[in-house]
Amino acid sequence: MQPKPAITPSTLSVKDLPWQIDWDIQTCTLCGRCTAVCPVSAIELAVHRKRVVDATAGLKAKPSNVHTVYYGIRQRTDPAYACIDCAMCNMVCPNNSIEPRRQGEATTLRFHNNRGGQARTRGGRRNNPESLLDQIKFIRISMLTDPALDAGRHEFELRTLLGRIQPPEEGLKAFHDEAWVPPVREIYPLVIGSMSFGALSPNMWEGLQMGVAYLNEEMGMPVRMCTGEGGCPPRLLRSRFLKYVILQIASGYFGWDEIIHAIPEMKEDPCAVEIKYGQGAKPGDGGLLMWYKVNKLIAAIRGVPPGVSLPSPPTHQTKYSIEEAVAKMIQSMSMAWGFRVPVYPKISGTTTAMAVLNNLVRNPYAAGLAIDGEDGGTGAAYNVSMNHMGHPIASNLRDCYLTLAEQGRQNEIPLMAGGGIGKNGNLAHNAAALIMLGASVIQSGKYIMQATAGCLGSEVDRCNICNIGQCPKGITSQDPRLYRRLDPEQVAERLVDVYLSFDTELKKIFAPLGRSTSLPIGMSDALGINNSDVAERLKIRYVV
Amino acid sequence: MCRLFAMTSAEPLSPMRAIHALNVMKEGHDGSGVGLYLSGLSGPFAENPDYPVLSGIFTEQGLARLDAIMSGLGFLTKYSLAVTPRHKPPVGTPLRGTYLARVYQPPAGWAGLSAEEREVQLVSTRVAIREEGQKTGDMMVFSFWPDVVMIKEVGDPIEIADYLGLDRPELAARRILAQGRQNTNYAINLYACHPFFIQGIATMTNGENTAFVPIREYLQSRRIPGYMGYQSDSEVFTHIMHFSHYKLKLPLVAYKHVITPLSEAELAEHPDRALLTRIKTVCRKMIIDGPNCVIGCLPDGTMFLVQDRKKLRPGVVGGRPGVFAFSSEICGLNAAIPDRDPSRDFQPMYLDTAYVRPDCREVTLCSQNQQLPPQH
Ligand code: SF4
Ligand code: SF4
Repeated sequence: MQPKPAITPSTLSVKDLPWQIDWDIQTCTLCGRCTAVCPVSAIELAVHRKRVVDATAGLKAKPSNVHTVYYGIRQRTDPAYACIDCAMCNMVCPNNSIEPRRQGEATTLRFHNNRGGQARTRGGRRNNPESLLDQIKFIRISMLTDPALDAGRHEFELRTLLGRIQPPEEGLKAFHDEAWVPPVREIYPLVIGSMSFGALSPNMWEGLQMGVAYLNEEMGMPVRMCTGEGGCPPRLLRSRFLKYVILQIASGYFGWDEIIHAIPEMKEDPCAVEIKYGQGAKPGDGGLLMWYKVNKLIAAIRGVPPGVSLPSPPTHQTKYSIEEAVAKMIQSMSMAWGFRVPVYPKISGTTTAMAVLNNLVRNPYAAGLAIDGEDGGTGAAYNVSMNHMGHPIASNLRDCYLTLAEQGRQNEIPLMAGGGIGKNGNLAHNAAALIMLGASVIQSGKYIMQATAGCLGSEVDRCNICNIGQCPKGITSQDPRLYRRLDPEQVAERLVDVYLSFDTELKKIFAPLGRSTSLPIGMSDALGINNSDVAERLKIRYVV
Repeated sequence: MCRLFAMTSAEPLSPMRAIHALNVMKEGHDGSGVGLYLSGLSGPFAENPDYPVLSGIFTEQGLARLDAIMSGLGFLTKYSLAVTPRHKPPVGTPLRGTYLARVYQPPAGWAGLSAEEREVQLVSTRVAIREEGQKTGDMMVFSFWPDVVMIKEVGDPIEIADYLGLDRPELAARRILAQGRQNTNYAINLYACHPFFIQGIATMTNGENTAFVPIREYLQSRRIPGYMGYQSDSEVFTHIMHFSHYKLKLPLVAYKHVITPLSEAELAEHPDRALLTRIKTVCRKMIIDGPNCVIGCLPDGTMFLVQDRKKLRPGVVGGRPGVFAFSSEICGLNAAIPDRDPSRDFQPMYLDTAYVRPDCREVTLCSQNQQLPPQH
């Protein structure tokens, strides 16, 4: 309670806040580090008034009140400064004297974080820990006839193809006729999902790029990373490392002036071009880089003035319809690199995915389809979009795969699945399940941030302030005071750790299923779930 | 694990040679079924080598229906080998009716058809009869092709051979594929018994094809007549060979590159790198997985053996000019061709294709690392 309480509709008590600060007066050294580090100024140094009853031993003097003060920490209750549970205060406290505590029942804040008519925006995720993918089990263990495969000893071909695959007859005819064939890349099935330079800090980006280069050149793992919409640093565009990069173009076309001008100087073709039509975290909404994060460097790369918010329109404004947009953009992007680079669209999970897919099937230049499910992450979006818009990835992907299979095209348009893969930490399991449901490529962003840079976001609305440039870990901030907390070398190291352990886990899943010669795309007979409705919907086995 | 045995010989041999070899390897199969493919036939079957032979099992009513269908299509019976067993079937073998191998003279209208058109007609006729038969369960057909007889039954190979009288001289053949089945994860169904046959191509496999479901989905979506059944996960090996031979017109030694392509590192060194990378890319859905030894026979009579990418199954080829055999185990080979030089036996490894041409002179080996024969 404030010293001079003015009770307004939005006056809250700490009880109304989902995160409460426990502060221990006994051990606090009053160093002030916590208040300095707090990214949202949820706590402040405070002088507290204190009354002590002074009763002397004896009867003569009456006990009296003594008013003194003590110094300590106060949690602010203004909705704009509500604690976000990043626990940075605890991280910097020398004595563990302070920590946030979740108070599950507090909901009042939700009704008040729209001051000035501004609906809540934030970064992060859908904040729903439930995961259908986590419930899927791998049930087809080869027991009877197989010598079990040994994940540690046997050769495993964990590679996938990105690019339009011609039907076998056509593909071989084109070879003999020396005709043009669509470009195809053999890559590692886990791709780092599109997180833009701008959404991510320079240190985070550099760390990821270094890690990717190391994985490719030292570990022989053809890992690829998508830029997101925000262009690409000029030096990277002109380096040999560009071949590990998937360039994204989206409705704001940010950074594409720079990219187009760099084409004549490119030493290598990029791995692919992703055209973003939608994003799982905020379907039907364009990208958003809020002004806090548009510093000089970002502005230069994106070709915009600094300090202004950069919303991308929800659709590609220069086109009438998505069919036209897809066809024309795939065509022009392909043309820009002489039809040597695979170009594919990325859409958010939606019931209309099949329509897009059928369109792509008829377009010989379409190199794949990326679908981003509702659990996808973002650097900035409206809370309502993030929480309630979009389609779960599992059935959307499955429907697309089965549609292709019905037409005999399941080999031709690789499906890429993303959105909440590994949201509870089960990255390899979720990825393998999606592969067996029909995905050729898995895209992951949030897991990579959490695992390589220690992003604090969780599925219970923790942190999630990626949009305002105050990322306490320096992952999604453009403020050098914050991002210098993140050492790019360490990010790179963590990325390598993540990929190597992912690789081992994937083998540990595939070996007992007897699969090693090729990625088990569409091996739905290996999957089971203890929910008959889901089993029926996904056409997998119901097991109890 | 099933046991496989195949022989190719310059002179016709009794299928009993193969059945005995299977019996020697008996501890490897549980006698839940036997399948035979016979080609390079002799005697009455050789009289009209271009006429197709229909092989299958028919009830009395089935035979009548078959006659109606075939005469309706204009086929004339030229020769018929019908076995209706006299004594009781062995335990576990159902009483089915007549085991038939019948040579037909094609309808007069076929004279104007090209060889390719005839082949397509033969496949679709077989498929049509099979589908008819499945409705009522009175007809089962395994092949309909010139110079090919197929026999399949549930039970122990030796007992079945005795039951059906497989030692009869009419069945002597130059090329024999035989499988003793170990029933695994699929119900015992005659259509699940190897070898499988389509358009002159027969293959049999042991082991388990763990990539079965996606491959089956892919093959079915090709909409090619005869890509059906799949009561066994091994049937896809036959159809992949069919696809690679007829649709892609690839040579035999490219089959390995379709089902178990080289890794990128191996391809980097390969003289046919560009073509093989192409094959690997466009045929990716036909990559097999799991422990598998595939033995088969092509329309021209070439018999071959290939292993999975890790060579997880046994398989050996040996013999002498004039007669060679492919066998799951050396004891089977010893039983069938004792008078050979065993030091020349060869166990094909994970990159090899071993084959014997119909002239039966030698075993040819081809590693995936070798250059492919020139293509036209
Ligand atoms: S947990 Fe984070 S937001 Fe909350 S008081 Fe501590 S530093 Fe501030
Ligand atoms: S740690 Fe940074 S990136 Fe992670 S949720 Fe918080 S603000 Fe976003």
